[in-house]
Amino acid sequence: MITFERVSVTYDGADVPTLRDVDLHVPEGEMVLVMGRTGSGKSTLLRAINGLVPYFSGGTLRGRVVVDGRDTATHRPRDLADVVGFVGQDPMSGFVTDNVEDELAYGMESLGISAPVMRKRVEETLDLLGLADLRGRPLANLSGGQQQRVAIGSVLTTHPQILVLDEPTSALDPLAAEDVLATLRRLVHDLGMTVVLAEHRLERVVQFVDTIVHVPGNGSPVTQGDPASVLARTPIAPPIVELGRVAGWDPLPLTVRDARRRSVDLRTSLAAVPPPAHDAHALGDPVAEIWDLVAGYPRQPVLNGITLAVRTGEVVALMGRNGAGKSTLLRSLVGLHRPGSGRLETGPTGLVPQVPEDLLYAATVRAECATADKDAHAAAGTTRALLDRLAPGIDDGHHPRDLSEGQKLALALAVVLAGEPKLLLLDEPTRGLDYIAKRQLVVILRDLAVNGHGVLMATHDVELVAEVASRVAVLADGEIVADGAAPDVVVSSPAFAPQVAKIMAPQAWLTAADVAHALGRDGTDPRDE
Amino acid sequence: MRPHHRVTHPRVLHPGAWWLWALGLAAAASRTQNPVPLLLIMAVTWFVVAARRGNTPWAASYALFFKIAMAVILIHLVFQALLSGHVQGLTVLFTLPEIPLPESTGIKIGGPVTLEALLTALYVALQLAAIFCCIGAANALGSARRLLRYVPSALYEIGIACVIALTFAPQLATDARRVRDASRLRGGTGGRVRRLGRLAMPVLEGALERSVELAAAMDSRGYGRTTSRSTGSRRVTVTLVLVGMMGICIGLYGLLNGTDSAWLGLPALLVGTVLAMGGMIVGGRRTGRTRYRPDPWATPELLVTGSGVVAAVSMFWQARVDPTSLLVASPTDLPAVPVVACLGILVAALPAVLAPPLPQGVAQ
Repeated sequence: MITFERVSVTYDGADVPTLRDVDLHVPEGEMVLVMGRTGSGKSTLLRAINGLVPYFSGGTLRGRVVVDGRDTATHRPRDLADVVGFVGQDPMSGFVTDNVEDELAYGMESLGISAPVMRKRVEETLDLLGLADLRGRPLANLSGGQQQRVAIGSVLTTHPQILVLDEPTSALDPLAAEDVLATLRRLVHDLGMTVVLAEHRLERVVQFVDTIVHVPGNGSPVTQGDPASVLARTPIAPPIVELGRVAGWDPLPLTVRDARRRSVDLRTSLAAVPPPAHDAHALGDPVAEIWDLVAGYPRQPVLNGITLAVRTGEVVALMGRNGAGKSTLLRSLVGLHRPGSGRLETGPTGLVPQVPEDLLYAATVRAECATADKDAHAAAGTTRALLDRLAPGIDDGHHPRDLSEGQKLALALAVVLAGEPKLLLLDEPTRGLDYIAKRQLVVILRDLAVNGHGVLMATHDVELVAEVASRVAVLADGEIVADGAAPDVVVSSPAFAPQVAKIMAPQAWLTAADVAHALGRDGTDPRDE
Repeated sequence: MRPHHRVTHPRVLHPGAWWLWALGLAAAASRTQNPVPLLLIMAVTWFVVAARRGNTPWAASYALFFKIAMAVILIHLVFQALLSGHVQGLTVLFTLPEIPLPESTGIKIGGPVTLEALLTALYVALQLAAIFCCIGAANALGSARRLLRYVPSALYEIGIACVIALTFAPQLATDARRVRDASRLRGGTGGRVRRLGRLAMPVLEGALERSVELAAAMDSRGYGRTTSRSTGSRRVTVTLVLVGMMGICIGLYGLLNGTDSAWLGLPALLVGTVLAMGGMIVGGRRTGRTRYRPDPWATPELLVTGSGVVAAVSMFWQARVDPTSLLVASPTDLPAVPVVACLGILVAALPAVLAPPLPQGVAQ
């Protein structure tokens, strides 16, 4: 269905090709995961499938990409619209019309499909994706998961044989993500579509896919294989695979069900070992205290009486579905949102927003650091020193927007830390981060907590919470419905339990590293490094 | 009777009907400076919007346009007070300190401000404000994006440019708000101007990336695919449409301006319309686009459009028969009430009940 023959892509002005000599063959009806570090060329690979690379990106593509017998050298993206459906990272930025129904019909209108057929296909797609209740709704009023489903639906109506998705679940909460992935699975199994998707959160998708294409980046060859064998060799792996490596299972399990069946012995051997408590190192004074906070809009409060305290030395995770009020709470803490009532006391506070680029204005990293020093009235070089500690080796002359996601986050974090906040707030810090960047973030956050900061982060990433949080607060409908030590809150929750906890339940193990430690196999796997 | 002909059958009205209705009211407003019909027009737009707007993001635009209208009035009054050089009337309200300028410039800043000068300015500004309210109502009731679906296929490219612009502007505002918040977090020194310069970059970069993203999304969904084009037929289309549009503009100008030059009004409008239609028919042949569920044009649409036309026609009729009632002879006099025109405008309030109610999902 999709064939790459010795494909190399070099962007304008780049010295080295982003992709080099890629040979790839995707047969019909497969679900393929493209994985790799950020900036490794995953998106380039996906966009080459329907010709967006090079028609929209510029640059040079050598070799041949053939999709359903059509060569992208002679077919523009629009000529492939009836074969390939492409869904970008941010569904909102790809919407052309106002409401759900029109959006579903847009592609068909462009292809000149007759009105009765359009009518029928829109109804079928609404049912297939469970969007029937939303048909007339404005797109801007939908939740993230619904928008993603509409975006998928809007390309399905032209009946393509291939669906290409770039990080379809990165902005979604765990349950909305499962919803979208279940939809994709249905398309593959019931309709025989070929689905190619890129995703950083492997733990969400690995169980659904037939093949993994690993794009290692920096010119190394792209490999293709079945999930278990590819994951056995790659440095990035979901927690389930890490646990499998720790326990020495072969072949590696990919679903919680598989792993649970294998783990009977492991669970018996660990039954007597108390799992680590994930306590904060040393709790200090409170850096933020909130009593009965109400905030939002006069007739529609987003927060309905929140009482919460954060102390130095702890990392508190704020969880809850999209729209539960997490961002509003963070914004209230830094004074961007005026509280309706209630009391709020905070020390010096810094917030890293959901899109770290919002904090970066200058044309070079050097200028950015200098401005941050000046803004924070800190000694010259403070920010740069912080940056070197967080992410060593970032070139001074780079444009902040050209950095990788992890580096951007590090730079934004350095800029915020230059103001010496005692309380650090992070809004969805792992959005777009690969496992390696995430591991660095975990080290940074632990380090900050030990050095007398309080950290409060809003996140959907249950694995990050398992790694770093000492306390978890769950928000629902503007109220705190759970607040307690991380293992107590997440282990029992079907939505927020990390994979390792699901496998090891009822024992409260949260991460593969904990299990490795208990088994006396710290840092067993040299491939990790 | 088929259901879409009934005014009680819930559905979304054709956006074109709302725009024609609003244009009728705007045309009426353009022919008078009498505050009575002008205020009536504003009240009518408010009333109809309150009764029939949906929950789309566009529905909020009436409030925005209303605020702009108020700002227009305010600015007009302030400037009139400052620059009322040629003193009108005798009722001096207050005297501003005068900035002496050489006699030759003919400009006076400050000085006595009279009631007459302010009232005249108010009436002129009120006319503009009423037109703003009409446009705001059209935007709130008939989404401009929905309207773009009915752009003839010969003008498809222009329509797409409009779609991108319509997406770009609100996104720019959202981005700007987000980035400004972020910059407040960062604190920072420097004046407003420097800060503005700093913010401009992330906002514009973000907006640009988004536009490219939208263009890529449209292309990969087949936009522009079915347009088979020969340069010749395209040139003919563009020329015909452009000349036709110019004719229509000149014709409308002639009609609204009320001057009696014979060729300016109706004839130019007719010739322009014919040319533009011709161009669209020629151009329409070359695209193979289809249209999903076009809104029906049925009785309610005719009624709504008709009510707008009634308002315009009654105003024009009043202007012809009894022009004095549409002018304010002396600003301090109580303005006359042009009965026919006012009745016509009141007819334009009927869409509040004549337009079908919105279905549950999109109603406010």
